[in-house]
Amino acid sequence: MSNSVLWAVDILGKVYTLSTAGLHWELCKDPQPEFKRVSATRQCCWGLACDQQIYVYVLASDLPIRYQEETYENQRWNPVGGFCDRLLPSDRWPWSDVSGLKQQQLDSFQLPSPYWEWESDWYVDENIGGEPTEKGGWTYAVDFPATYLKDKRWNSCVRRRRWIRYRRYRARDMWAKIPSPNGSMQLLDPFNDIAVGGWEVTDEPVGRLSVWAISLQGKVWYREEVSHDNPEGTSWSELATPGEVVQISCGPNDLLWATLWEGQTIVREGINRNNPKGSSWTIVEPPTSESGIMHVSVGTNVLWAVTKDRKVWFRRGVNSYNPCGTGWIEMVGEMMMVDVGLNDQVWGIGCDDRAVYVRQGVTPSELSGKTWKAIVVSRENDRSHTGSSSSLHSAGCFFGDEVKEEVDSSVLTDGDCLCDAERPLEPPHAPETQSSCNSKDAMGIQVVESCPGVIQNLQEQTDPASDHDGEAVIKRPDHSQGVVSKPAVLQWTNIDLVETRDSAATSSHYFSETSSLSSLGMCSVKADEPYGADGPPLWIWVSGGGCLIEPHSPLKWFIVSLDLTSSVQFLSLSITPAQTAAWRKQIFQQLGERSRRELESFRHYEQAVEQSVWVKTGTLQWWRHWKPCKWMDVRVALEQFTGNDGMRDSILFIYYSYYEEKKYIHVFLNEVTVLVEVLNDTKHSFAVYTPEKTKQRWPIRIAASTEQEMHDWLALLSTACCESRRIQGPPSHRAIWSVTCKGDVFVSEPSSDLEAPSNPMPCDQLFWRQIGGHLQVVECGSQGVVWGIGYDHTAWVYTGGYGGGFVQGLASSSDNMYLQTDVKCVYIYENQRWNPVTGYSSRGLPTDRYMWSDASGLQERTKASTKPPSPQWTWVSDWYIDFNAPDGNDREGWQYAADFPASYHGYKTMKDFVRRRRWGRKCKITTSGPWLEVPPVSLRDISVLPRAAENSDSPIALWAISSKGDVLCRLGVTKQTPAGSSWLHVGTDQPFISVSVGADLQVWTIARDGSAFYRGSVSLQHPAGDSWYHVPSPQKQKLKQISVGQTSVFAVDENGNLWFRQGITPSYPQGSSWEHVSNNIRKVSVGPLDQVWVIADKVQGSHSLSCGTVCHRTGVQPQEPKGNSWDYGIGGGWEHITVRGNATVPSKVVLQEASEEQLFQSLHADHGEGAGKRSPIKSTLLVAEEQDLDANAITC
Amino acid sequence: MTDDKDVLRDIWFGRIPACFTLYQDELTEREAEPYYLLLPRISYLMLVTDKVKKHFQKVMRPEDISEIWFDYEGTPLKWHYPVGVLFDLHASNTGLPWNITVHFKNFPERDLLHCLSKDVIEAHFMSCVKEADALKHKGQVINEMQKKDHKQLWMGLQNDKFDQFWAINRKLMEYPAGEDGFRYIPFRIYQAISERPFIQKLFRPVAVDGQPHTLGDLIREVCPSAVACEGQLGQKYTSEFHGCTAPYTDGEKFQVVIHGIEPMLETPLQWLSEHLSYPDNFLHISILPQSMD
Repeated sequence: MSNSVLWAVDILGKVYTLSTAGLHWELCKDPQPEFKRVSATRQCCWGLACDQQIYVYVLASDLPIRYQEETYENQRWNPVGGFCDRLLPSDRWPWSDVSGLKQQQLDSFQLPSPYWEWESDWYVDENIGGEPTEKGGWTYAVDFPATYLKDKRWNSCVRRRRWIRYRRYRARDMWAKIPSPNGSMQLLDPFNDIAVGGWEVTDEPVGRLSVWAISLQGKVWYREEVSHDNPEGTSWSELATPGEVVQISCGPNDLLWATLWEGQTIVREGINRNNPKGSSWTIVEPPTSESGIMHVSVGTNVLWAVTKDRKVWFRRGVNSYNPCGTGWIEMVGEMMMVDVGLNDQVWGIGCDDRAVYVRQGVTPSELSGKTWKAIVVSRENDRSHTGSSSSLHSAGCFFGDEVKEEVDSSVLTDGDCLCDAERPLEPPHAPETQSSCNSKDAMGIQVVESCPGVIQNLQEQTDPASDHDGEAVIKRPDHSQGVVSKPAVLQWTNIDLVETRDSAATSSHYFSETSSLSSLGMCSVKADEPYGADGPPLWIWVSGGGCLIEPHSPLKWFIVSLDLTSSVQFLSLSITPAQTAAWRKQIFQQLGERSRRELESFRHYEQAVEQSVWVKTGTLQWWRHWKPCKWMDVRVALEQFTGNDGMRDSILFIYYSYYEEKKYIHVFLNEVTVLVEVLNDTKHSFAVYTPEKTKQRWPIRIAASTEQEMHDWLALLSTACCESRRIQGPPSHRAIWSVTCKGDVFVSEPSSDLEAPSNPMPCDQLFWRQIGGHLQVVECGSQGVVWGIGYDHTAWVYTGGYGGGFVQGLASSSDNMYLQTDVKCVYIYENQRWNPVTGYSSRGLPTDRYMWSDASGLQERTKASTKPPSPQWTWVSDWYIDFNAPDGNDREGWQYAADFPASYHGYKTMKDFVRRRRWGRKCKITTSGPWLEVPPVSLRDISVLPRAAENSDSPIALWAISSKGDVLCRLGVTKQTPAGSSWLHVGTDQPFISVSVGADLQVWTIARDGSAFYRGSVSLQHPAGDSWYHVPSPQKQKLKQISVGQTSVFAVDENGNLWFRQGITPSYPQGSSWEHVSNNIRKVSVGPLDQVWVIADKVQGSHSLSCGTVCHRTGVQPQEPKGNSWDYGIGGGWEHITVRGNATVPSKVVLQEASEEQLFQSLHADHGEGAGKRSPIKSTLLVAEEQDLDANAITC
Repeated sequence: MTDDKDVLRDIWFGRIPACFTLYQDELTEREAEPYYLLLPRISYLMLVTDKVKKHFQKVMRPEDISEIWFDYEGTPLKWHYPVGVLFDLHASNTGLPWNITVHFKNFPERDLLHCLSKDVIEAHFMSCVKEADALKHKGQVINEMQKKDHKQLWMGLQNDKFDQFWAINRKLMEYPAGEDGFRYIPFRIYQAISERPFIQKLFRPVAVDGQPHTLGDLIREVCPSAVACEGQLGQKYTSEFHGCTAPYTDGEKFQVVIHGIEPMLETPLQWLSEHLSYPDNFLHISILPQSMD
């Protein structure tokens, strides 16, 4: 999982973050201003600063936050001047919004706040519904408002065009001030608390948040329209409350609780996606009458509270249906505050030690957790982080490094010195911040008392270091003098808040030229700590709303790390030193030499230990593949034997009885082409394919009683298959990768004659082996750069390992193997029929489908009985109404139709008698594989350059489409660093869905409107190119996926047609027209040899029909890039394929030039003999009529 | 990229071509042909010489047959050392095949342990594995295993089944997530010129300062004779310590050999222990005088 961070505020008002993979608290990148409270989410953090203002901190990302402003220019034709902006009095404004009701002139658009900037000037949108308009972007109509067409006609009296301009949010990684409700009020009624949540209430608009604030007078304020594209929101609106509110907490979903001055709590009811502000308050009494509630924090299914006596309480039974919960339970421990974060995990600030605590053992089944555990990691600037924090302000203070060395040495000798040595590195605004935390301790006195010791310590610490660096010696006298001068300042500044700020400000200004500033900070910090020099940092606030703790990744927060180098725990794909080390190379080399020396000339010697036949037997079930088809109990045996050449081979026997007669079938494992798990509700089953079985579309199917047993067999069988084919280790760079509809990843080594122009190897003979992991999309280039995308849109990069998943132990690489998770949704449908009495109800006609069913309506699927797809999957959410189902839905998620089964629409009409809505539930798989997450941008498509680069260091083009539709170009991708470094955002006017980069850096994309765009001027120097060229889609078709090879461009539309782009020349790279190639195509992959592979539906085999079949286009020639027929490979059930790694030019290429025609004939003759009754030429994948898919075919 | 797994395979499938000849004084009924065999480096002599025994017994009278034993150039070969160690220690600088003499008489009681059945080898092997795990994990891993796992280790070795063996053995090669390696590295250092059988001490994989210990660190620390001539220990090492004046100036050089190869002294010990240990989980290191060729 990608790292997420915990946010906290220390007593000085400094905001720190702690990464789940980190070992140190890191100071917030923007150190100003100081804060009292923060409330975090994954992408941003809202804070209440010491100036009582609200700020928002949006984390930096490669994806810009951009907002499209649009306005329309309207014109009417008149006989004198033609089209002009003189409109009729009844017309709309010359400049208006899309409806024409609101006047919008170009110059009326203002940036909403200083944190935005314009990306460019206004320009005309020349795209209407996927079609390019004439120059100028005008669309014509008879009158306003009417249908606008791109062509001018005789009756076109009005025209309009759309102007667009983007603005970009620039306050990333910095605190942006949110304006108060009104300036004057701010003085009278400043803010007092802030809470963010609600990101699970609805995903429209993207990244919507509920931001709540409390003012000092106890009013509740809601920030309107906060979302990803509008991180600041627009305005504050006040909500009436039953009393004076002092604190508020908002859960990720629809829970909102607040505490009242009197110690009661109020709960907001009626929050939902249509009304995120809720409708009413309900009062909940505190657990005890004598001690009211001081603080609440709410999650998805929990509420934690702290009463005024610091006791911690857990509220039972809190959830969306019952936001008030049922009862209080007192918990052990005393806390200043608690905070509920993601997954209902809980953090707190300890009452005695002011340390940050994590609640351990919080699980969905035990929401109250088990114990509190303190986070003991230190702050990074305590030891080494001078670079970015203190040195910013103390120009000329360069001793950071020396002190660090110092710390290291002192660690070994004297633990107490450690902290003292660290203190000088504290940022110099300490006095200022100290005042803000307004502590009641007698700080000044402590300072005076503790200072001499500190100085002494400091000098002791720094003196030895001065040996290292002459400059440091010069600085140090200043340094200690600064310390001496400091207590006086502090003593005075401790009294009054306002005055403190001033004097602190001046003092910091005064000292800002010298290094003494740092020491000033040092003393004040030290003074604050009642535990003396070695006390841990003190915290006042923590927020876990952005922190995702995974049960399988243990945190390193509970041990103090002294090793500075280990503080950065990045999993990196760059090759580790161990792998490149000379010693390692030497061992490999010497082992090779040893075998040559000791074995080469003696191979004819007898082996001391003979290998014997080795058999594994078991009882499994086998799908009898003749009528009546059924599962039969069978004995299964695997026999392995060692051939004369020392290689092992294996046979799988399946013993069954037929009319009391014992019979068996057997499979030579060296003939098996794939072993693939099959999705099945009731059985743990897998299919065994050989080339013959592939032609039949009729594999051998075997089922085990448990998933474990099936995986044991699969692991054994696949190891045996690989052994008999002498395949081991990671796949080569040329490998063909594919993904099944189950998310399993398969890889195949192409032989050199796979792409031979004549007599290519039939693709049903390809051997596929499984690689661990769960993906929806996998894409490779020709240099071993392989990326994948999970069902949850997470991007993964291939690490070079092999095995994983069920392939454990020795068939799997030990390094490069990581845990992988994926989340997908299981959907069921709630169906209702209208009747005159009750309206829509769950009482259907007797002939109707189940009232809870699958999408087809044929299978009953209730909420209670529906299980995750396999035991590997676990539920991670509750059932929720899916508002994003295809065909649209109304505000309650319903879609309507005249009858079942029919086409549904998202609104109710008079003729609609049935309705349904889709419910989703998320489930999660945890598996292992050679994949590393590439956070944080989630993707929907990806493409890697299908060409070997000139040298291994040169960058490899990699383009992607984010799940939101942004076009992205990955920088820094090389053979050595396949993960690359960062995304470069390429601006577009609409969301995109598919991208492909060709061997000559031709980048083609598909926009959501179904048209294609070609990116001009992409080069190594200009990786993102300069402009888009619009390529309209084929007539009346919306393209959905595209693939570009060496020169060929193929695209697939939404109706399953495969199109070839004609007329592409170097001078006219966009080509001229689309030419239809085939139907029934789901996906296409064009490789660096312009080879064309697809996933096709409805492939007819001799026994059955398969959907999701890998097919290879044959007869592809430079003169005939479209090829002439399909060769059918593995399937069905395949979802995605990429052949873009295979750039091996077939060896026979010269030979065949001679007499192409002749060879072509003989090719077919050969096929006729070799492959039996398969007809080699089929121009399209046409199957006359839809057949019922046999249960034997592996459906998607 | 070559995988560390390949090292395990290479180590397991290391073979030494051997030529067995019957000792001249043995009484035979007819001429005994030499017997050629590929011996697994990681196994034990007595475990892999059934065929040899059978071969020579055919030419001998049953009454002349007593317990079989082997020598190389007059040195009785201790069967309880792995084959690879015996070869590296005694014969690494000679030509191949390895000429081993077979005896059926005059068992050298002083030099060799009796081995009357494979159970003895199994007992020896398992005790080594347990000792190694005691060093690595306080014996926790081996003790948590079931009897059948122990059996699988042994059967894997006996039948030369790499997968069978490593399916269990990899558990012995793991260490807790938060740590840098084993508690102690199980190793034995053999010296050709020493009368001590071998050296074995407690040695941690990581130094107090957190730096991983290397093979060189181990040799320097543990092997007193090699320390004396530290400057000569391998070429890499010589360049690193060029300032060191070695007391030995007679040009005597030493080789540090494991499985017939000379890993660089910079090689981390933990890695060696995980990958170059023999099946008994010990790192058997031979220190030999450098051959002059």
